[in-house]
Amino acid sequence: MNPQALARSRDFDHRGRAWYADRAVTVFVFIGGTSAILFIGGIFAFIAREGLGFVFTEFDAGEFFGSIAWRPTSALDATYGALALIVGTASITGLAMVVSIPFSLAAAVFIGEFARGRVRETLKVLVELLAAIPSVVWGFIGFSIMNSLIIDIFDVPIGLNVLNAGIILGLMAAPIMTTIAEDALKAVPDGYREAAEALGATRWQVIRKVVIPAAKNGLVAAVLLGVGRGFGETMVVLMASGHSINLPDSVFDSVRALTATIAAELGETAVGSDHFRALFTLGILLFLVTFAINLAADIIMRGIRRKGERGRP
Amino acid sequence: MVAGGAPNGGGASAEALSAKVVVQNLTIRYGNHVALRGLDLSIRRNEILGVIGPAGSGKTSFLRALNRMDEFIPGMEVEGRITFDGRDIRRVRNVYALRSRIGVVFPLPVGLPLTVYENVALAPRLRGVRKGSELDEIVERCLRRAALWEEVKDRLDSLGSLLSGGQQQRLTIARALSQEPDLLLLDEFSIAVDPVTTMRIEDVLKDLKNEMSIVLVTNLVQQARRLADRTAFFLTGEHVETSDTARIFSGIVKDPRTHDYIEGRFG
Ligand SMILES: Nc1ncnc2c1ncn2[C@@H]1O[C@H](COP(=O)(O)OP(=O)(O)OP(=O)(O)O)[C@@H](O)[C@H]1O
Ligand SMILES: [Mg+2]
Repeated sequence: MNPQALARSRDFDHRGRAWYADRAVTVFVFIGGTSAILFIGGIFAFIAREGLGFVFTEFDAGEFFGSIAWRPTSALDATYGALALIVGTASITGLAMVVSIPFSLAAAVFIGEFARGRVRETLKVLVELLAAIPSVVWGFIGFSIMNSLIIDIFDVPIGLNVLNAGIILGLMAAPIMTTIAEDALKAVPDGYREAAEALGATRWQVIRKVVIPAAKNGLVAAVLLGVGRGFGETMVVLMASGHSINLPDSVFDSVRALTATIAAELGETAVGSDHFRALFTLGILLFLVTFAINLAADIIMRGIRRKGERGRP
Repeated sequence: MVAGGAPNGGGASAEALSAKVVVQNLTIRYGNHVALRGLDLSIRRNEILGVIGPAGSGKTSFLRALNRMDEFIPGMEVEGRITFDGRDIRRVRNVYALRSRIGVVFPLPVGLPLTVYENVALAPRLRGVRKGSELDEIVERCLRRAALWEEVKDRLDSLGSLLSGGQQQRLTIARALSQEPDLLLLDEFSIAVDPVTTMRIEDVLKDLKNEMSIVLVTNLVQQARRLADRTAFFLTGEHVETSDTARIFSGIVKDPRTHDYIEGRFG
């Protein structure tokens, strides 16, 4: 064998800098990647430890889901009925979705399908800016501006209610939904649009018959992520909902939300007390619902990706 | 047809009256770049007009201008006059109605994300056909004419994008036929299709000529020779000439560059 080739095959056992760098990066990204699992597991274990203690002792499912009496501080007879809180969260989130879904889907279709050039870029930047507004600012708008608007327009005594929190939360969730929905529309190949327009379809026909069906999964995922966002939001619902325990008869009633209850009460409870642990039980409920919503969104998104791989671009 | 007269089509009034499409002084720009310069050309009724020319010579741009697809391409500007059955296409008030009479087949098949059936039923649905039996009948007829029916009749409900490349191309041809067009534009339809299927589609095109005008853009000079009644030669945005295919391929050319190109003596 010639000496040069011999020298080079000796390299087969020599680990140079590139080899170690590769190993180091592999380990680093592995830790980064798997830490997500660790955090999710850790958070759930922590909430469960505090909350489940309550679930197995004081917890009464009939009371928790069936009673509106959330009286954790009553010295004689503390009750933990979360029904009003659940209904409060559900009604605010529900109204928020009624506001945000049509709004953001329309915005996404306009930005993605109709707007061109400068207009489109400007709108996209604006929507992203809107998404970046801190929730306390939205809460402030609800507390001051929306409050007096509702009182003036509807002639009701108080403007901090389901209507207020729902609208503010809807406006807050809309930019995120718009951005994700617009991404879903953008993922539809231009060839589809061109082919459909060549058939003589109008722009709206192209959108309705081709683009929206092709982007359907992404649009559903956008809505679900918006729902998840609204469901877990705290500051807006604390500031704009009126924060009073109540089964609402109309959108003009004040309510109290799960998240807001935890945020407002946790600081005043003794660590380890029944009240403290009951709040963690609310946390478990929130965690499970948000987890389910996100999981659903994720499964649906995966669905699109897999389909996209099979079909041609 | 006008015998032998004005092969370039411009200015000849008899031709202008009888032609399906008349193109006058068509210039296409993308920003500063001129893709096609001062084209005068007509497309006759019931003819196959072949368009040949090297890459970048403006063939696709020409097709885009014919059904006003330039509107989707940022920066594409079209000047000059194109008439379709005597109507200036820039002046029609319903561009969708114009497009629905012009079938387009793209170089790579674009199977819409729909089932085989829906791909072909879309255009009839858009023009208002609602009855199931009528749609079934249109779908079957168009798929048969595109030489695809036998292969897909048992899988009409599967996604069009799951067909093979050659089948998808025939699906787009069936879809174009479902528009009942009177002008069919084909842009290098055979680049993703095997030779046997290509021959089958070519036979279909010869048939279709009895019902419509066809513009066949092709990189295969021999394909133009086999199919086209007349052939136009484009070269980097210049319309070198248009003549009877038989004349061009027997060496009777007005410009020696045409001869060089069909003999393969070009870049
Ligand atoms: N969307 C566009 N933006 C900018 N320039 C373009 C665009 N489309 C085409 N061009 C340019 O216009 C010229 C003509 O292009 P065209 O697609 O019409 O050529 P073609 O004859 O169809 O070529 P090929 O045989 O490669 O398909 C080319 O120089 C091309 O670079
Ligand atoms: Mg081309």
